[in-house]
Amino acid sequence: MQLDALIKEATSPQGAAEVRDASGMPVPPPPPGTMCNGSAAQSLLTADEAEVSRILQICNACRYCEGFCAVFPAMTHRLEFNKADINYMANLCHNCGDCLHACQYAPPHDFQVNVPQAMAKVRAQTYQEFAWPQPLGALYKRNGLAVSLALAAGLALFLVLAVAMTGSLRHEPLAGDFYAIFPHNLLVAMFGVVFMFAILALGVGVVRFWRQSVPGPRTGAAIAEAASNVLTLKYMDGGHGKGCNNEDDAFTLWRRRFHHFTFYGFMLCFAATSVATLYHYLFGWSAPYDYSSLPVVLGTLGGIGLLIGPAGLFWLNLRRHPLHGDMAQRPMDLGFIGLLFFISLTGLVLLAFRDTSWMGVLLAVHLGTVMALFLTMPYGKFAHGIYRSAALLKWNIEKRQPLNLNLGAD
Amino acid sequence: MHKGAGEKHGAKHPLLENIVSQAPTYDVLVIGGGNAALCAALTAREAGASVLMLEAAPKEWRGGNSMHTRNLRCMHDEPQDVLVDAYPEEEYWQDLLKVTGGITNEKLARMVIRETATCRGWMRKHGVNFQNPLSGALHVARTNAFFMGGGKALVNAYFRSAEALGVQVRYEAPVDEIELDNGRFVAARLRNGERIEARSCVLAAGGFESNREWLREAWGQNERGEWPADNFLIRGTRFNQGVLLRYMMSAGADIIGDPSQSHCVAIDARAPLYDGGICTRIDCVSLGVVVNREARRFYDEGEDFWPKRYAIWGRLVAMQPGQLAWSIIDAKAVGRFMPPVFPGTQADTLEELARKIEVDVPTFVKTVTDFNQACVAGDFDHTALDNCHTQGLDIEKTHWARPIDTGPFYAYPLRPGITFTYLGLKVNEHAVVHFGGKPSSNLFVAGEMMAGNVLGKGYTAGVGMSIGTAFGRIAGDRAASAAKGEFKHLQGEQRHAA
Repeated sequence: MQLDALIKEATSPQGAAEVRDASGMPVPPPPPGTMCNGSAAQSLLTADEAEVSRILQICNACRYCEGFCAVFPAMTHRLEFNKADINYMANLCHNCGDCLHACQYAPPHDFQVNVPQAMAKVRAQTYQEFAWPQPLGALYKRNGLAVSLALAAGLALFLVLAVAMTGSLRHEPLAGDFYAIFPHNLLVAMFGVVFMFAILALGVGVVRFWRQSVPGPRTGAAIAEAASNVLTLKYMDGGHGKGCNNEDDAFTLWRRRFHHFTFYGFMLCFAATSVATLYHYLFGWSAPYDYSSLPVVLGTLGGIGLLIGPAGLFWLNLRRHPLHGDMAQRPMDLGFIGLLFFISLTGLVLLAFRDTSWMGVLLAVHLGTVMALFLTMPYGKFAHGIYRSAALLKWNIEKRQPLNLNLGAD
Repeated sequence: MHKGAGEKHGAKHPLLENIVSQAPTYDVLVIGGGNAALCAALTAREAGASVLMLEAAPKEWRGGNSMHTRNLRCMHDEPQDVLVDAYPEEEYWQDLLKVTGGITNEKLARMVIRETATCRGWMRKHGVNFQNPLSGALHVARTNAFFMGGGKALVNAYFRSAEALGVQVRYEAPVDEIELDNGRFVAARLRNGERIEARSCVLAAGGFESNREWLREAWGQNERGEWPADNFLIRGTRFNQGVLLRYMMSAGADIIGDPSQSHCVAIDARAPLYDGGICTRIDCVSLGVVVNREARRFYDEGEDFWPKRYAIWGRLVAMQPGQLAWSIIDAKAVGRFMPPVFPGTQADTLEELARKIEVDVPTFVKTVTDFNQACVAGDFDHTALDNCHTQGLDIEKTHWARPIDTGPFYAYPLRPGITFTYLGLKVNEHAVVHFGGKPSSNLFVAGEMMAGNVLGKGYTAGVGMSIGTAFGRIAGDRAASAAKGEFKHLQGEQRHAA
């Protein structure tokens, strides 16, 4: 009847409920790495991976969250979780938070089940581990610093370059002719090299990730569904269509919506650049293009998306429940979101003032931010889209395979 | 500052006018924070009452045992979203009749059953999401609607809805006493001495299964001199101390149900003392043998499917020395049962396994060897009542009997885990608390505190939530009426009609 004592016990950090083993001796909650029969595979896990394995062993005995996303159905295909399984499932997790707030074993329960946090920690490790060249994977660890340095370098490069090219940061209005400041071929060479490197680095990383466990042949149906999952952010709908959690157990669709603004804004900007490239090489139409031209319209719409999306995500990220995801990765998340925002902002300001004497400075600043993005693409938050898409393809292949387990019913 | 609808009702009840109270007076006071309490609070608020909820637990532990639930047993005459086929009223009633062995009340039971046919729309409105049956639970796809994310997600949704509707919620507010005036609710007295008045009250504070002293007393001492309940685990919340149940009993409320009975399941002995919930189940019992601390078998492990037998095994294990048993399987069983949360004790030989689990090695080996030799070859099928059985043992295994001969061998320790208790307050169809056969005019009860009216014995998946939802809503509705002074009239009408 000592309810006060119970409340005290229940609210103490460890829960402190007495846990006993078969002979009545107190035992601690299932410690990391001990839940899976201690097989040899388990000893190869990092501490963060072992924590995922421990948690999934609990989840697999519960399964209440099966309807939220793909992680839990993928879990039911397994009895044990090796390194490849854990890396795959960590990247399948969208960090929506639904399972955390629904979890009867979440802190302050002794079992300390926090799927999104454990997954986020492993996710960062997979980016590091699969990075190419591998030593650069370390950039993920202090990613806020890496992004800042890249930004500083990008800005310095183009500002200095502008001065070197034109002798001054101010100039007579040039009617928006960027190439009067930075010659077209110079820009193509600089960005082309960096972009190609980013593609190569991310490509090598994701191929390594893919080969860690191949669930089966890539069928058209699996690829189509995976693409749909990516393009609609299917697994940010919570399974019930009400969305993710952010600051508490209430659902919100705004994380998904702001992500859509960001993603499609980025894609529109990419499309603008692609169209402009076609104009240049295919038709010989040189920039600057009209405000009503396709590249400018696409770029402007994309730019607006890239203002709204990142601003919203930034705001939500700051309000995120502290147990969601890995707080240590916040600089990486916010650095990336901030960079996208500034690329868009500087791009739109440049567009507005391209006919003035400030064009050179504005152009240098904009190109500097874009260069920073390109430089950090293979070693920052951008990678999540690549790895998650690959994980979703794995899941869409896997779920079409026959289930090898016949567990009967609980 | 309280701004509930109750302010509109004006002056306090005349009888209370002389009592000085600083606290605001509410129409309806709901004591408890689980499914039944929330259903009562939401329904009363929807009926226009101002509502205060008092939850004993801190916010992070709110919801009582509801946070460990996962589904609702639902009557339906045709397929309904997540429910396949049909589960008509009569079949539901027969199932209930069977599991309770007739210790039920047909009128109240049928009320609950009918309510489950229609309550899900209301549940959805308050934010509850349903999902298709979980893998491993497909056998109840027809009868049970699963909550997406389980009971804690349901509890969260209800609390959000309650707060949005203006229900006041106080956590860490355990109630010790109820002030009664000749069977009429007057006020609740909190642990801290605070006195809270209301025009009516719903008690929905759970059973007494977390009260270890009470369990000890109820189970008593066995012939070995042990107090079996000392070795029980509590599958759910630590906050169901039965304080109000005991208070109401001493205040002369009519009770129902056997105080010595509880729903008792065999679970993993390594589960935490409280809140182990669903994941501490051990589902391999029917695939092997179970031995006690003396390394002897004590019951037919293959009598029926495990979901139909785990409740029997709780009691069986409670009767063994030390209230401990071991489920023993070999490598052939791995991958054929729901994965357990804790790893089994593993050994390559039976002797090694016996040493590791600290039972007498020769006895253990003889028990398993005798069993192996008695196994009659058949067509093993763990998804059906197959023909693999033993012949010639004192305690036969009637299905799924296969020699335990292929290493590695595994042992999982079992202990009794208490889910809930059956003792409750006697009610009528209005969920009214009775004193000496006379219904109170404004005191109602819902959930585990009265589930024994419908479920006097046994259990079937999802029926606790059915009772909690149905009677929670009835209690909330009647409590709102009572607060408006309409309830007696309603009762009079019903009597007249009868």
